[in-house]
Amino acid sequence: MIQLSLYKKLQANHGEMILDIDIQIQSGRLVAIYGESGAGKTSILRMLAGLFHPEKGKIIVNNQTWLDCSEAINLKPQKRKIGYVFQDLALFPNMSVRENLLFALDKGQKSDIVDELISIMELHKLETRSPDTLSGGQRQRVALARALVKQPDLLLLDEPLSAIDHQMRSKLQDYILEVHKKFQLTTILVSHDITEVFKLSDHIIVLENGRIQKQGSPSEVFSGKNMSGKFQFTGDILSIEKEEVVHIVSVLIGNNIVKVIVTEEEANDLSVGNKVIVASKAFNPIIRRIG
Amino acid sequence: MEWGPIILTFKLATVTTLVLLMISIPLGYWLAYTRTRIKPVIEALISMPLVLPPTVLGFYLLIAFSPSNFFGRFLNDVFGLQLVFSFEGLVLASIIYSLPFMVHPIQSGLSNLPPNLLEASFTLGKSKTVTLFKVLLPNIKPSLLTGIVLAFAHTIGEFGIVLMIGGNIPDKTRVASIAIYDEVEALNYGAANFYSIVLFGIAFAILLTVFLINKGVFKRFWG
Repeated sequence: MIQLSLYKKLQANHGEMILDIDIQIQSGRLVAIYGESGAGKTSILRMLAGLFHPEKGKIIVNNQTWLDCSEAINLKPQKRKIGYVFQDLALFPNMSVRENLLFALDKGQKSDIVDELISIMELHKLETRSPDTLSGGQRQRVALARALVKQPDLLLLDEPLSAIDHQMRSKLQDYILEVHKKFQLTTILVSHDITEVFKLSDHIIVLENGRIQKQGSPSEVFSGKNMSGKFQFTGDILSIEKEEVVHIVSVLIGNNIVKVIVTEEEANDLSVGNKVIVASKAFNPIIRRIG
Repeated sequence: MEWGPIILTFKLATVTTLVLLMISIPLGYWLAYTRTRIKPVIEALISMPLVLPPTVLGFYLLIAFSPSNFFGRFLNDVFGLQLVFSFEGLVLASIIYSLPFMVHPIQSGLSNLPPNLLEASFTLGKSKTVTLFKVLLPNIKPSLLTGIVLAFAHTIGEFGIVLMIGGNIPDKTRVASIAIYDEVEALNYGAANFYSIVLFGIAFAILLTVFLINKGVFKRFWG
């Protein structure tokens, strides 16, 4: 269980903003903090990691107090059991891929975990390469692997996939889900990408101007109420074509293009580029705009 | 014609550069990451040798180290250190004189690194010292090289401060630049020319090596 209450005046683009949040996160969950850029998402992660200090607040992780401003307790980043994947990844350019991972080992920790992570993330062929020579997706895998070497309790991901193209992104999301389950992590993901949040997280916290606007399961948060779909996916609308009396909407879900038939009335609410949920109740697919 | 002054010059430059490296790395690190309000004051003090005539620095060091006052006597009685007209005194004066040439490149090299490198290392459980030596310094090699060469070259080129505090004692404080001045005064143009040519050639060789290495370094990092 992670208890988090933080208060801090931040200097945002549009002037002063007060970050004031109170969150409880159950262990083992994959929680997304969703919001526009400048809403204070990254600040929350940095405070959790001990890289940034709130004016008032408390952080308790698994009954261990990491921060308590009223008692002047403030654990250094080194003492907090976290894995942090930075937005720009922060791979060390002077070390090879394998050396980046080895560097993260704690004193006396066996290097077996490095080999295991190299195999999970399929980094065999890249082991001796310098991070500068890797593609965005490869660098991402290295950063994720490095963050997991010291087997943290808490994995923090700051817009992990923002710089990656669509196809690669879906694959990397699978890696994140895999390690989240395998290492029984509590993961906090910061993102402004609804598709990503939908696919990865089981709990979403919507942040707006430093305050929590709403929270709940992805479908609760983004569709107003639970749709109780048998299955559901999120995707982007690629095109809407009129055919006789109906409209055919092509939706890109992961790498697949799914065509859904909608009525003219429904089509009026949709436009190319919208993010949508495609869900099925019993047998008819439902399509609903979420962004 | 003697090699003594040339050897002494390089001995002084080598010792000064090594000591400066040990001082400037922690100092540059502190300056790059500190948020203290007195930082501009410290930066101004470190940069003073860039603008002050070396004679000013030499003059005050001469006064400070003189055995006739308290500080000089203290050094002499407690540590047996005589800093006026001695090699040790020259080293100390050179360190102060060349400090900005070593600190500035290191500080700016560290400031230009992405701040996340430092933070990533902290979140991986690494201390400041490990982070400095394993992550930060290896990524500012060109800056380190620049600092080393500038400090070394600047020490070779010292004249005023040496004259003030070191004097002209053969094999103790008679460095090449002083020897040249001395020979010219004695109208020994041949000897002056010898020292000058040696200094000229060596200085050129050092700088050329650095530029060649840097070219390679840049290629490797950004090619």
